[in-house]
Amino acid sequence: MIELKDSGAISPVSSMKRNGKVGNTLFKIAAFTAAALIPLVVITIFVVLFIEAYPAIKVFGVWHFITSKSWDAVNNHFGAFTPLFGSIYVTIWAFIFAAPISIGVAIFITELAPHWLKPIVTTAIELLAAIPTVIYGMWGLFVLAPFMQNHVEPWILNHLATLPIIGFLFNGPGIGIDTFTTAVILSIMITPFMSSLIKDAFSLVPEVVKESAYGLGATRWEAIRKVVMPYVSSGIFGAGIFAIGRALGETMAVSFVNGNNHNPGSFLDMLSLLNSVTTITVTLADEFTEAESHLYLSALFYIALILLVISFSTLAVAKFIVWRLERRWKT
Amino acid sequence: MKLKQVLALAVFAGSLQGAMAWTITGAGSTFVAPLMQRLALHFKQATGNHVNYQSIGSGGGILQATKRTVDFGASDAPLKPEELKRRDLIQWPDAIGAVVMGYNIPGVGNYQLHLTGKQICDIYMGKVRYWDDPEIKATNPKLNLPHIPITPVHRADGSGTTWIFTNYLTKVCPAWAQKVGFDTSVAWPVGIGGKGNEGVANYVMRVRGAIGYIEYAYFKQNHFNVAVLENKAGWWVAPTMQTMIAAAKQANWNEAMKHDFYMELPNPPGKYSYPIEGPTFALLPKGKNTNSYVLQFYTWVFNHGDADLRALDYITLPDFVKKDIMASWKKQGLSW
Amino acid sequence: MENVRIKSRVLKSNVIMILSTLAALYGIVFLGWILVSIIYHGYEYLNLDFFTKDPVPPGMPGVGGLRMAFIGQFIITTIAAFIGTPIGIMAGIFLAEYGRGTWWAMFIRNLADIVISMPAIVIGAAVYVVLVAPLQSFNGLSGSVALSILSLPYITVATDEMLKLVPKEMREAAYALGAYKHYVIKKVTMRVAKTGILTGVILGLARMAGEAAPLLFTSFNNDHTTFNLLKPMATLTITIFIYATGPYHEWHEQAWAAGFVLTLGVLVAVIIAKYLVHGGSFTAPFMYVARRITKINKG
Repeated sequence: MIELKDSGAISPVSSMKRNGKVGNTLFKIAAFTAAALIPLVVITIFVVLFIEAYPAIKVFGVWHFITSKSWDAVNNHFGAFTPLFGSIYVTIWAFIFAAPISIGVAIFITELAPHWLKPIVTTAIELLAAIPTVIYGMWGLFVLAPFMQNHVEPWILNHLATLPIIGFLFNGPGIGIDTFTTAVILSIMITPFMSSLIKDAFSLVPEVVKESAYGLGATRWEAIRKVVMPYVSSGIFGAGIFAIGRALGETMAVSFVNGNNHNPGSFLDMLSLLNSVTTITVTLADEFTEAESHLYLSALFYIALILLVISFSTLAVAKFIVWRLERRWKT
Repeated sequence: MKLKQVLALAVFAGSLQGAMAWTITGAGSTFVAPLMQRLALHFKQATGNHVNYQSIGSGGGILQATKRTVDFGASDAPLKPEELKRRDLIQWPDAIGAVVMGYNIPGVGNYQLHLTGKQICDIYMGKVRYWDDPEIKATNPKLNLPHIPITPVHRADGSGTTWIFTNYLTKVCPAWAQKVGFDTSVAWPVGIGGKGNEGVANYVMRVRGAIGYIEYAYFKQNHFNVAVLENKAGWWVAPTMQTMIAAAKQANWNEAMKHDFYMELPNPPGKYSYPIEGPTFALLPKGKNTNSYVLQFYTWVFNHGDADLRALDYITLPDFVKKDIMASWKKQGLSW
Repeated sequence: MENVRIKSRVLKSNVIMILSTLAALYGIVFLGWILVSIIYHGYEYLNLDFFTKDPVPPGMPGVGGLRMAFIGQFIITTIAAFIGTPIGIMAGIFLAEYGRGTWWAMFIRNLADIVISMPAIVIGAAVYVVLVAPLQSFNGLSGSVALSILSLPYITVATDEMLKLVPKEMREAAYALGAYKHYVIKKVTMRVAKTGILTGVILGLARMAGEAAPLLFTSFNNDHTTFNLLKPMATLTITIFIYATGPYHEWHEQAWAAGFVLTLGVLVAVIIAKYLVHGGSFTAPFMYVARRITKINKG
């Protein structure tokens, strides 16, 4: 893990006391203030958003706001259903694409890769995690979207759109600027995160446990499935929650390729991968500096607040579940 | 240490700029953005002062001017006098521009597609969904239109180009007037949203089967194909300097001056008039300490900017209108 | 019979191992695809003007550069680091050194874990209300504040974890000599954890430099170079966003070139961080949080 290089030379006692008690107290106060800033900032953000969103909350209520599809600046009527649905829907698909890949990458790095290859793959995945999201977006628009439009989506339209029952998932214009491309970009963006975190969970499994499984004649997969997985399942859970949080809150990687469409038609149309949607983040990015009426701007703060609450509660609930499990486990 | 140095540098540079030249920030209309950027460059060369113009959409221009976060706003959607009063803004036109219908249909070249107002309306209402629809074929019998879906592109942000376009649709299409109406942003029945004229142009160029409404200057600077439209008098007109000027001549300035220059120009009469056209406006947040700089800039634009307007095919304002605008500043008690 | 079953088990295992290898390959392919696109398109348009000149409006003669974005990015990120780093480190010190076992430290730690993935654009919207609207101008400073808020939990978590790794015995030895606590922290604990924390800071910088969303409503954009923190200021990320979504070919070229420089900068920072501390990765602070979520296994 971490190599502790410098043990820190300890100077004579006299110099240690030089700064005395006052310095001690001041330092403590400074550290406390800094730490207190975190809840302070978080509370401020919540309060500010709530105050700004209040006019819209008053007019549209909560339930009506999140179920109404109308986003109409002419008639000053705003409902969050489309962007809210879009945010959650692209996140779900991104997660579906990313989860098996991430687990695969983690298995590859911990179990399969030869020694010399491990650091290379690990580094590559970490670099992928650090690439600025705006780059993912630009790459998506210039490279992936045309590729999707010309090569992938025509095939989908010809072969999958006609399938019974699930055909509606693949019915749409197929222009490369849609839920599918967005979900792929997002999944590429979160895969390195998930695989790093899952790999980390894998590495916490004691070698002895795996070896004893092999000793009993288990195949590699059986050892992973029966012995490692129970060990790391909560690690995968944590990684998944994190990835979802990131995908939900992402703006730049999404805004280039999702089509910013506030009216994707019927609910069935909204479910189609080849249709364009909008998300809360993209709606904010496009309209925040431009909403000219008071209520419009307030509605935008309202959806920002909703996004914050969702992202906050996803992690909070995950933490709470673990905390509860932990307590039950201890007693 | 370093922070202090950076701050000192910032203050120093700030004071340096203050002594020698000033900077103002304007934002709004993407319709007028190519022109503003060009004017800003020439203004800097002529006077040394900076104009930072950010193309964020007319809705943004109106909002940020109202919130006073910018020194001036720009919008192609005119505000009514009572709105101006409420927002404490002053409005004047600075140029007239046209909106073209750009499309991306394989095998169909520039000025080949002919569209009526009703067809555009039906496309944006989602009634006509494929390029080989009989309704489109009716006005384009000679074109070999492919069976590919139409992707209408509209603006994702608040936009004066949208205002002009939807104002036009409201006038030519009763169904649109009833169901959607006109504003800087509307509840689009179908289509994908691009950010700014830039974003719409980008989508039209990249997405096969797309159609979008875009300011003329973007057509001039990029290579996409635009449609010939039917005007109010029933003539087919392509967007050219000639048809745009013909339309601009239909503007009733004397009437507009009485209402803080509010006017709805789209779908004007006249055989040669291009139908989708409108003036673009500057918005001044009254009482900001940068007011006089903004007026200095616009005075320069009115006196020296016509060449830049023509270079990008915006229509210049008649001289008597310019004089009246400057007189109206004085009437408002402004000095520069 | 028995043989067939073993064979099918081995086959199943092998199929899954092959799939895992393909998954890793898939990840590498995308990294390669993205990097190659950026290098291929970006490198081509790099020249001296790109760094030393302000942009020329599209359609005008000359190409110009993105000087304003480089300078703006540098200023905004640096100031954000000067705001976020000391606060983050001090908060981390508080959690690790003063707050151990107390409920408020637990609370703050949990909160930091949760807000580490707070949607960046929401921070921008809140900062707009607090620092842009009242000052009556978009300004670079508000962009720095937004970025520092973004990086604050990241640096706090990194510091907290690094300090926890310092062996108890070292602190105790210093206390035994009669040293004050703050002195022990400064002279012993911090010295030991120095590199680890530095890694966290570098990675925090990389994270800030790569984030555009909080800047949309705060530092906004500027076509000219400015050093005035109270005026709108350009950044690379926002410039890429605007240029890539625009219709002009030369904008696209410059967006690629800017993307190349930005990516290079961020990746170099990540590699330096990795070199400083073995195991110091961009995902590390997230990893700590994920570990805390999953600590039942270690319990």
